[in-house]
Amino acid sequence: MKDKNSIGNVLRVAVGVCLVCAVIVSTAAVTLRPLQEENRAAFRQLNVLRAAGLYEPGMNVSAAFERIERRIIDFDTGSYVDPPGGFDPVRAVRDPAQSRALSGDPAGIGRRTHYGEVFLAYDDGGQLERIILPVHAYGLWSTMYAFLALEPDLRTVAGISFFEHGETPGLGGEIDNPRWQENWVGRRVRDQAGNAVFRVDRGRTPEGVADADYRVDGLTGATITSKGVENMVRFWLGEEGYGTYLTRLESRIRAGEVM
Amino acid sequence: MAQLKTREVLFAPIFANNPIALQILGICSALAITTKLSTTVTMCLAVIFVLTLSNFFVSVIRNMIPSNIRIIVQMTIITALVIVVDQFLQAYAFQLSRELSVFVGLIITNCIVLGRAEAFAMQNPPWISAVDGFGNALGYSVVLLAVGFSRELFGSGSVFGVQLMALASEGGWYIPNGLMLLPPSAFFLIGGFIWILRSVRVEQVETEPYEIGPNTRTSPAF
Repeated sequence: MKDKNSIGNVLRVAVGVCLVCAVIVSTAAVTLRPLQEENRAAFRQLNVLRAAGLYEPGMNVSAAFERIERRIIDFDTGSYVDPPGGFDPVRAVRDPAQSRALSGDPAGIGRRTHYGEVFLAYDDGGQLERIILPVHAYGLWSTMYAFLALEPDLRTVAGISFFEHGETPGLGGEIDNPRWQENWVGRRVRDQAGNAVFRVDRGRTPEGVADADYRVDGLTGATITSKGVENMVRFWLGEEGYGTYLTRLESRIRAGEVM
Repeated sequence: MAQLKTREVLFAPIFANNPIALQILGICSALAITTKLSTTVTMCLAVIFVLTLSNFFVSVIRNMIPSNIRIIVQMTIITALVIVVDQFLQAYAFQLSRELSVFVGLIITNCIVLGRAEAFAMQNPPWISAVDGFGNALGYSVVLLAVGFSRELFGSGSVFGVQLMALASEGGWYIPNGLMLLPPSAFFLIGGFIWILRSVRVEQVETEPYEIGPNTRTSPAF
């Protein structure tokens, strides 16, 4: 090959290698996409169930998920909406028409979508059993995503499940430790007037404090992550989050409109 | 050029010329994904696949690659292989691919892969290049598995997720070493690995490039 370095050969090799690689990569991506999307959807469903305390290892996730209803709400009015074309939270948060920049922004999330998802779990008799809310906030290094499940009294935590974060393994990363998440069960996150009240302590909650119900043990060596978790709960259960919706839902439950 | 023996090309990188221990390449991923053996093994398999095939394909077209764009051609081949691995993991081993997160993608920048393509595959025929890639990936895997085993055992008291030492936080006796879960511990372990290796194979110890002179000079008057 005497003219290996000629311009013609450079172009030939560059185009040839790119074409072959592009075909291989796109074939892999396209043929595997249905499986990957299935995995992602199943993973989300699994975490909704786990937060609600309805998950057992080895169960059929999609069958169990049939008891759960997904609804879209408008954060500002607190009512259910049915946007044409559905609602994709990942896409909506990047779309200026579907979200707005937050002022103050205690949770460190930058933008909030106008609409949001809620998951309603019903028991066998059709009674409302759990309300599961997707929540997220910035911790130390990363945005932490979780599902927070409430009892039908809309005040008591039924469970929490962090499913995506990039916090320090062994320290802040312990937010996905099931034993820590167990501490949340039975804690209260909203007071009688419906305001978001919640604290993540530094270390253990001291003995005998009056508001022990509204506090959860912090994670050792993860002060900033714990603070982020606290802000997450306060923001998402507050006025700018699900607060309006929950207040509305509560009066509807009292009126007997929702079983 | 002397004929390269397949056996030698395959086994030399494991201890005699280990890419991590002797050439000190590919440290980044060795720190990041060795907290658990399951992710470590996945990473090793991914690197074995990528390194073997990238060496093979680079070698197949080595006589056609113009020397002024050779690095970018090698990178394109490596990148394509890594993306295929990443896509497969996302489809068939979703949980593991979540734990490995960006580190599968970072195989592209693993110096071992590009280093072997440039140093070996560009000069040698395809078969022996593939063997060289496989051998180097095994050398990488040996170190990673040793580090991953120690970190999971002492950091979490388990091996492959099976609890061997009952943790104190769960009512057992073992207080896990938190340092093992943080990246610096991999430095200490790799350092220890290199120390042991060089104690056994003294020929790997580098000669000092210069000798430090004494700080003060004794005056002849004393």
